[in-house]
Amino acid sequence: MTRLLPPLLLVAVLLAGWEVTCRVLLVPSYFLPPPSAVGAALIDRAPLLAASAAATFWMALQALAAAALLGGGLALAVSLSRPAEQAVRPLAVALQVTPVVAIAPLVMIWAGLDNADRAVVALAAAVAFFPLFSGVLTGLKSADPDLERLFDLYGASPVQRLLRLRLPAALPFVLEGLRVAAGLAVIGAVVAEFVSGSGATQGLAWRLLEAGNRLRTADMLAALACLMTMGLLLNAAVGLLDRIVRRRLA
Amino acid sequence: MAEAAEGAAASLDGVLVRYPGRPPLGPIDLTVATGEIVAVVGASGAGKSTLLRLLAGLEPPSEGAVHRAEGRTGFVFQTATLMPWADALANVALPLELAGMARPEARTRAAAALTAVGLGDRLDARPRQLSGGMAMRVALARALVTEPDLLLLDEPFAALDSVTRRRLIEDLHHLWAARVPRPAIVFVTHDVEEAVYLAGRTLVLAGATGRAAAELASPGPLPRPACWRADAGYRTAVEALAAALARAMPALPVEAGP
Repeated sequence: MTRLLPPLLLVAVLLAGWEVTCRVLLVPSYFLPPPSAVGAALIDRAPLLAASAAATFWMALQALAAAALLGGGLALAVSLSRPAEQAVRPLAVALQVTPVVAIAPLVMIWAGLDNADRAVVALAAAVAFFPLFSGVLTGLKSADPDLERLFDLYGASPVQRLLRLRLPAALPFVLEGLRVAAGLAVIGAVVAEFVSGSGATQGLAWRLLEAGNRLRTADMLAALACLMTMGLLLNAAVGLLDRIVRRRLA
Repeated sequence: MAEAAEGAAASLDGVLVRYPGRPPLGPIDLTVATGEIVAVVGASGAGKSTLLRLLAGLEPPSEGAVHRAEGRTGFVFQTATLMPWADALANVALPLELAGMARPEARTRAAAALTAVGLGDRLDARPRQLSGGMAMRVALARALVTEPDLLLLDEPFAALDSVTRRRLIEDLHHLWAARVPRPAIVFVTHDVEEAVYLAGRTLVLAGATGRAAAELASPGPLPRPACWRADAGYRTAVEALAAALARAMPALPVEAGP
């Protein structure tokens, strides 16, 4: 609780300053509505925002699961052979450095205009893929070299080595990758939804676009607040998982 | 790896190891008799750890032959090298379980091995809950649990304080003496006093070449009698070994005066 108090106080001070500034300077509400107006919008549009948040969250979660399966699986396969790793790594990096916005129109075409949500999931998964792939691969190779030698000495089979040494050693790296990937999956889902921008998906990004087009700035900020909260909660959930696993492991 | 000669636990015959970008190590000849304790000293880079890995079969020689008598090998590294996610019991049971022994049987034997090194009450302790000395005892128990015929130790006590180190050396002697037949031990160290006290003879490796520069026998019985460190024979052997080691060190470049 004492850890939460300073940031909460800071947020309260910032919000109060914002409110006072808007009222004193008579800032037009389409330009910057005061926090009270954003709060009212949040309450007003709560059911709609909740449904949109759920849609975005669900797409991000599917993307995260797909990225974990593909990234983790590929890393596992590649970790067994050095040439395979050398072959795959540059491609993975290429995928990472390509902006998701740039490949979005292409993925939209592949998914078909009627399946915008599939495209969003695929794009978000592409963004979340690299930290998981890289985390699992780095983790699998992070075991103490002397422990590896010990497994050599006692004639461990590849399966024994994987299950008893490399996977447990990889777990902290996997969780770190998961934490980064969870944040990226949400960002990816939002960006992809922006690009699809058709209302075919009903996530928070669409709420933002829609409110922006109508100059309903308070509604925009309300959707933004939902996104921020979702990101924080997701981060906290992965952080909690990380702490639980670490306590069990070490 | 070929069979060793009668009475030998392991031997290196004209073994040469080449690493890219540096002079080769060796050729080295070493025969470790069954039940014998051999210490190996030498400068950093003299090939002490390589020698152990060769004996363990973890590294093939570039030339020459490594002979091993039929039997199991135990290895203790410079650090305890325990799996941090597993408790002491699981760490010690590992070699047995990797060899396919059923878990209950492996755990029973591991518990006995931990009791033998004085950790019978810390079976469920995680490595981070153990002091450096205790962790090293767990590593020792793990090396001994398979009842090895050849025990290889790579500067295992270097990071410990002197009291703990002396206690562990005594324990190692007693564990060695209690086994029938006694295992052969090859012990790498940079500490001449430790070498003289622990081993029946000490091999001095010449700096950066991996060749044997000298071989000195330690006087007296093994395990050592109480207060043996005050013995004149021990002091003389330590001085002789220190001198031999100094001769084997690579010459230091002399800095030009002003």
